[in-house]
Amino acid sequence: MATDVGGYGRSVKRKEDPRFIRGKGNYVDDLKLPGMLYMDIVRSPYAHAKITSIDASKALALPGVLAVITGKDLDAYKLAWMPTLMSDTQMVLPIDRVVYQAQEVAAVIATERYIAADGVALVEVDYEPLPPVVDPYKALDPSSPLVRPDHADKNTNHIWHWESGDKARTDQLFNEAEVVVKEHMYLPRIHVSSIETCGCVASFDRVSGKLTVWMTTQAPHAIRTVFSLVTAASAVGQIPEHKIRIISPDIGGGFGGKVPVYPGYVIATAASVLTGHPVKWIEDRSENLQADSFARDYHMDVELAGKRDGTITALRVKTLADHGSADAAANPSKFPAGLFNVCTGSYAMEAAHVEVDGVYTNKPPGGVAYRCSFRVTEAVHAIERIVDRMAQELKVDPAALRMKNFIPPEKFPYKSPTGWEYDSGNYAGALKLAMEKIGYADLRREQAEKRARGELMGIGICTFTEIVGAGPSNTFDILGIKMFDSAEIRVHPTGSAIVRIGVQSQGQGHETTFAQIVAEELGLPVDNIVVEHGDTDTAPYGLGTYASRSTPTAGAATAMAARKIREKAKAIAAHLLEASPDDIEWGNYQFQVKGAPTRSKTMADVAFAAYTNHPQGMEAGLEAVDYYDPPNLTFPFGAYICIVDIDRGTGEVKIRRFLAVDDCGNIINPMIVEGQIHGGLTMGMAPALLEAITYDENGNIQQGTFMDYLLPTSMETPAWETDKTCTPSPHHPFGAKGVGESATVGAPPAIANAVVDALSHLGVTHLDIPITPWKVHKILEEHGLAEV
Amino acid sequence: MTHVTLTINGEAHQAEVEPRLLLVHFIREVANLTGTHIGCDTTSCGACTVLINGTPAKSCTLLAVQVNGAEIQTVEGLEQNGQLHPIQQGFFEEHGLQCGFCTPGMMLVGKALLEQNPNPSEAEIRRAISGNLCRCTGYVNIVKAIDSAGKKMREPAATGAPTA
Repeated sequence: MATDVGGYGRSVKRKEDPRFIRGKGNYVDDLKLPGMLYMDIVRSPYAHAKITSIDASKALALPGVLAVITGKDLDAYKLAWMPTLMSDTQMVLPIDRVVYQAQEVAAVIATERYIAADGVALVEVDYEPLPPVVDPYKALDPSSPLVRPDHADKNTNHIWHWESGDKARTDQLFNEAEVVVKEHMYLPRIHVSSIETCGCVASFDRVSGKLTVWMTTQAPHAIRTVFSLVTAASAVGQIPEHKIRIISPDIGGGFGGKVPVYPGYVIATAASVLTGHPVKWIEDRSENLQADSFARDYHMDVELAGKRDGTITALRVKTLADHGSADAAANPSKFPAGLFNVCTGSYAMEAAHVEVDGVYTNKPPGGVAYRCSFRVTEAVHAIERIVDRMAQELKVDPAALRMKNFIPPEKFPYKSPTGWEYDSGNYAGALKLAMEKIGYADLRREQAEKRARGELMGIGICTFTEIVGAGPSNTFDILGIKMFDSAEIRVHPTGSAIVRIGVQSQGQGHETTFAQIVAEELGLPVDNIVVEHGDTDTAPYGLGTYASRSTPTAGAATAMAARKIREKAKAIAAHLLEASPDDIEWGNYQFQVKGAPTRSKTMADVAFAAYTNHPQGMEAGLEAVDYYDPPNLTFPFGAYICIVDIDRGTGEVKIRRFLAVDDCGNIINPMIVEGQIHGGLTMGMAPALLEAITYDENGNIQQGTFMDYLLPTSMETPAWETDKTCTPSPHHPFGAKGVGESATVGAPPAIANAVVDALSHLGVTHLDIPITPWKVHKILEEHGLAEV
Repeated sequence: MTHVTLTINGEAHQAEVEPRLLLVHFIREVANLTGTHIGCDTTSCGACTVLINGTPAKSCTLLAVQVNGAEIQTVEGLEQNGQLHPIQQGFFEEHGLQCGFCTPGMMLVGKALLEQNPNPSEAEIRRAISGNLCRCTGYVNIVKAIDSAGKKMREPAATGAPTA
């Protein structure tokens, strides 16, 4: 009988929870060091302005204020500018000009948090307002003011043009098409708004020359390397990488917003190096919403070509990407528009052509993910909405149109028209299950009856394909650092183990799931395995957690390291059993002699022997490191069906039911996967119905607090229903695919499609998200359907 | 400076504080109880929720001087004599948390609800936690966690508790 070690497929309770439920987490703001100073930031009220003077004298006169740092101060150390992940530059502090509202202008260092805030109020900055560039289309007009005159080689707000696919063939298919549908879609700026804001405690030890930074970061190793490189180019002088330690402790949600380096981190670090004191900087919510990296802001013209019989032939997408005042997107370096060209989705079509143009405007820089893998949400929204639009045009059921055009299971691995190789999929299987489980045919009947009575009900489908697990080192890097990931395992003599990984959890439960991988692969009980991450002094080098990459990359590395250990352990077991290694097999979580399973040794027996009785000539100990370079990305997918009812009095969209059928391959911990899907669905509903960041014509942000930027509460969020199919990844060591973001990607088009479906008989073909009650009510009014 | 005495989790904490000191900063930085978190500064997210004389309140928009003399309970006071409170057990068993940042506030609101209404419906639980934002869980398992805690509190049998 097999022992249950708590391996794959077990809903093991989370190892991290005992500290969190007791209030004993270790978040950055919980840290207090002797002599620690506090930093607060003066921010610009203008979106675009010249700084004519900064007078810090009143602030400096306040007891407890030790320093006021300006751009000119940093410039003396060549630290006023920093590189972005996309090889652009961004101001740390401005020398003479601000380019977005809430931009950092100066930093006050004080002995106490409240005194630092008082100091901020006393810094007098004189501005001369300049005309701001707010609309990205107008930004391309040659008469538009320049957002970045510092780019001397450019006399335009255009940043880059990127395209993918076969233009000639796509255009030809469009010319030959029997039917073409087209929509302009805007995916607005949104903000990840993790409940913990960003911040750090930087501590430079003048004696040892060692810099330690506790930081809200999803990628501590990459930060360490960047810090070392940035100091090398500064007048501070390089801090060698072995003297930089980045610690990412417990993180209160990341979702992509904690990938970039924000100016606050750099200023606090510079302040610690210059004062020799630890310096704490913690954003407040307004700073977080107004100045940290945004997501989306894609203006897309999407066209789909097909035949009258419903065969999709080609996709064409033109996109304007508003990057704000710097291209500070968090994408792999060779992908200026991320993985957006996966936008042919789950459908077999002959050709596609995708274009994206990046533009500067006077808004905060960014282009980070909002819980998605590098712009895949934008891609899925484009294809899933336009496929529904085609169904509407052809007057066929959107499920039937999808079924007709799915890439069939036997076509995998499938090469997409934009060059991706999908590893595996069974799209029809997932949609069939979703339709059966939700009772699709009955719901369509109910909808027809209701429509006849003037009631508005909609059914929305989304059958998305994700692309996660960046990534193979031949194409994926960040500033040249290849996107492998790593794991190190040490098995102790008495049969317990420590695992250190290059990725970093922000709530995903790595301390549990990575222990389960080792439990499964080594046959040690999950309770005997501890997982550490987030400390660059102890963890092996990795690129961090985002883009659903932890399981596809570091998860794979963990399994591979465990298998290296198992290989050595097998030789030790053979020695203990006095058998040839060829006669030893691994089964029931133990080594046994082939044909004589009672002659066996457990991993604990072997571990003890590795330190007490290992074979002559063999190195003692039982440990391994693995740096895993994935051969391909993984392609999880899902079929989502959303049922909405529309309140004709208020225009409110009410989600009656939402069923998510996900396929993320083999699952480590079903409880954690389901939790990830619940959370992802909620973060998908948020931009579909509630969240957007907008600016007025002067570049003033209109959602500066949680009073205006509406996160879903328990009241709007439905009781999500989930199910799954399982199509293992053929190239991942244990067939897993990554799942943290699937639902954020799949939910918005399912909801938007449901609302458009509810209104389609009125001639509505598209609604931009967020679909607010106001938008819907206006349509109801136009058609005399609004109830008073 | 004003003298403030607060009883937090049964223990008296006294300090001379500025009248403007927020209660959440008294709890976190004077009493050094960092389980209470700050998420928004505008009473919107509930990460800073504590119980003041048994009633949930958001400590980021209250001054410490306003509640001078009050009995305050924070997440650190839930466990008694090494025994987790049923609300803590509920969150652990039902996977009611992910990053853990909103969890202390959620558990205290859940506890206060169950003390007033020992057998709440799903709608009542959802209404009770509607002032507390969670970005990770989608609330489904938080609702289950509070419901499960309610069951435990109604039938007080011995239950296994997770260990640190």
